[in-house]
Amino acid sequence: MTTTRAELAIHAAEEVETKEYGKRTDEEGRGFRPSRIPLHILLIIFSILMFIPFMWMVFSAFKPLDEIFMRPPKMLPNNWTVEGFRTAWEGAPFASAYVNSFLVASLVTILTLLTCAMAAYAFARIRFPGSNVLFGIFLATMMVPFQLTIIPLYIILGQLQWIDTLLALIVPAGLFNAFGVFLMRQYVRGIPLELEEAAAIDGAGRIRTFTTIILPLLKTPMTALGIFVFLGQWNDFFRPLIFLNSEEKFTIPLVVNYFKGAYASDWTSLMAATTMAALPMLIVFIIAQKQIVEGIALSGSKT
Amino acid sequence: MATTVEGRSTPDGTVASGSELVRTTPGMKRKRRQDSLWALAFLSPQLVGLLVFMLGPLIFAVILGFSSWDGFGSRTFVGFDNFIGVLQDQQLRQSWINTAWFTVLQLPGLMITGFLFAFLLQKAGQLKSVYRVFFFAPQVTSSIAVAAIWLWLLNPEISPLNTFLARIGLPTPDWLQDPATAIPAIAFVSVWQALGYMIVMYMAGIESVPKALYEAADIDGANEWQKMRKITIPLLSPTILFLSITSIIGSFQVFDYIFFFYETTAPSNARTIVYEIVNIAFREFRFGFASAIAIYLFIVLLIVTGLQLLAQKRWVYYTE
Repeated sequence: MTTTRAELAIHAAEEVETKEYGKRTDEEGRGFRPSRIPLHILLIIFSILMFIPFMWMVFSAFKPLDEIFMRPPKMLPNNWTVEGFRTAWEGAPFASAYVNSFLVASLVTILTLLTCAMAAYAFARIRFPGSNVLFGIFLATMMVPFQLTIIPLYIILGQLQWIDTLLALIVPAGLFNAFGVFLMRQYVRGIPLELEEAAAIDGAGRIRTFTTIILPLLKTPMTALGIFVFLGQWNDFFRPLIFLNSEEKFTIPLVVNYFKGAYASDWTSLMAATTMAALPMLIVFIIAQKQIVEGIALSGSKT
Repeated sequence: MATTVEGRSTPDGTVASGSELVRTTPGMKRKRRQDSLWALAFLSPQLVGLLVFMLGPLIFAVILGFSSWDGFGSRTFVGFDNFIGVLQDQQLRQSWINTAWFTVLQLPGLMITGFLFAFLLQKAGQLKSVYRVFFFAPQVTSSIAVAAIWLWLLNPEISPLNTFLARIGLPTPDWLQDPATAIPAIAFVSVWQALGYMIVMYMAGIESVPKALYEAADIDGANEWQKMRKITIPLLSPTILFLSITSIIGSFQVFDYIFFFYETTAPSNARTIVYEIVNIAFREFRFGFASAIAIYLFIVLLIVTGLQLLAQKRWVYYTE
């Protein structure tokens, strides 16, 4: 094996990383302190207030339509029914929307991670003329509001025959992410040069170095950026609204909007549709909350 | 998390001097050319994206701003007509005011409540990650689902909120239809959704404040308020600056809620600038006029961000 030396170095680096991380777990405030009871009561009240709209959504979805005008309104249904879910499922293309949303979000995420890591490697490790200027241009584009480019983008995508296809959502988002390039570059710069030198002595070229040294060490920022991009794409409403027309191409937020337009006063079914839209991500979030919250905090704190 | 990050990538200066060490023997032109080609290869996907999906559209948008075009017929150059037209349009003037009003309500609400809850959560010990789930849940939900929930909660006929307000003797407005309450109600919904992000960002900032400072303050007999005022807030000021810049940019672009609440017929007092851009571009197909509005939006955002960066010298405190 020629890569052993480099691999050893990677392991060493990873070990340091986990050690550092272990140290950082909060020492202060471990255990229960009676003096904190008022604080906890306050936080519990506000947590419930924050969460009531979601509970209202879920329980209302199980109400029969005539219960919504009850005075005073009650959180729990008197007669539980899944009629709302049936209307929502049959009234709007939910099945295909789940597939579309998942396809778009995961493909954009994969494309973004790969292309941003590649660009970051070029900016951080390869000397070429105009490197700083080009990187500056990438940074400057972060100031451009998306609404300014959406009209020309719509025209360009029209020329490419991509309007009303998922490609319109996948390719532009996956091939350009200035923030992703910036975030990854910060991390590539933090990787010790010795690792690459060791790999070079072992005879690794640029591509080998990138795939066997750089990429494995970018796990932390890649997870963070991946979560950030996936969530953003899954929940995006603006671009699907403008780029898609036919129902079978709709993503989840678009389907909820469509359903509301078609079933204007069927409130309980709208809540069923909303529950179906919101629940998958809420469940994923509850399972992986630590990773998601930290990933998003990390994406933000590097800017 | 935040400190791990800090530990891994040193500030710009130090690493730059490190990359000077990359073997570049002068005279090795071939190596340099090879390097440039490799750089191009690694950059190419994002470079294509930059040109085709960002810089190209950006230039095109500026050209459109000076044109009259519906996307099909021929494009005619109209000089500054669009830009003057935007300034003279009565409804647009109202929409700018609405957008600014939304920002004025949403930004302080978000920044202050976010900080307060981050501060409280930080004291909650191990349970803080449990509370965090509740505060952060709206953040992972799509703005359309959020809007759908609040469409119910803000509808005067079926709203449990209004029933509650009536019971304690407060007025019960038709939140989204009453011109006086529409923008405040939308700002409230937006604060509810974005609060979790603020809390998480503030908490990351608070965690990175060295504990020794608080211990020293304790020895000096400082109270909680003094510690917050003299230690926490100054050390958090870079976080506060970053959050206020990104929040203002975000709040000037508010669209999803309004489109979902009102579809294409939002009342004059609930329309925002991005809502106008979408309507004018993709319903009326006045691409040139809509581009002119978007250019104004860009300029406004540049000015607001520039002012914040200028003002930072007065209040933002950097440790290094």
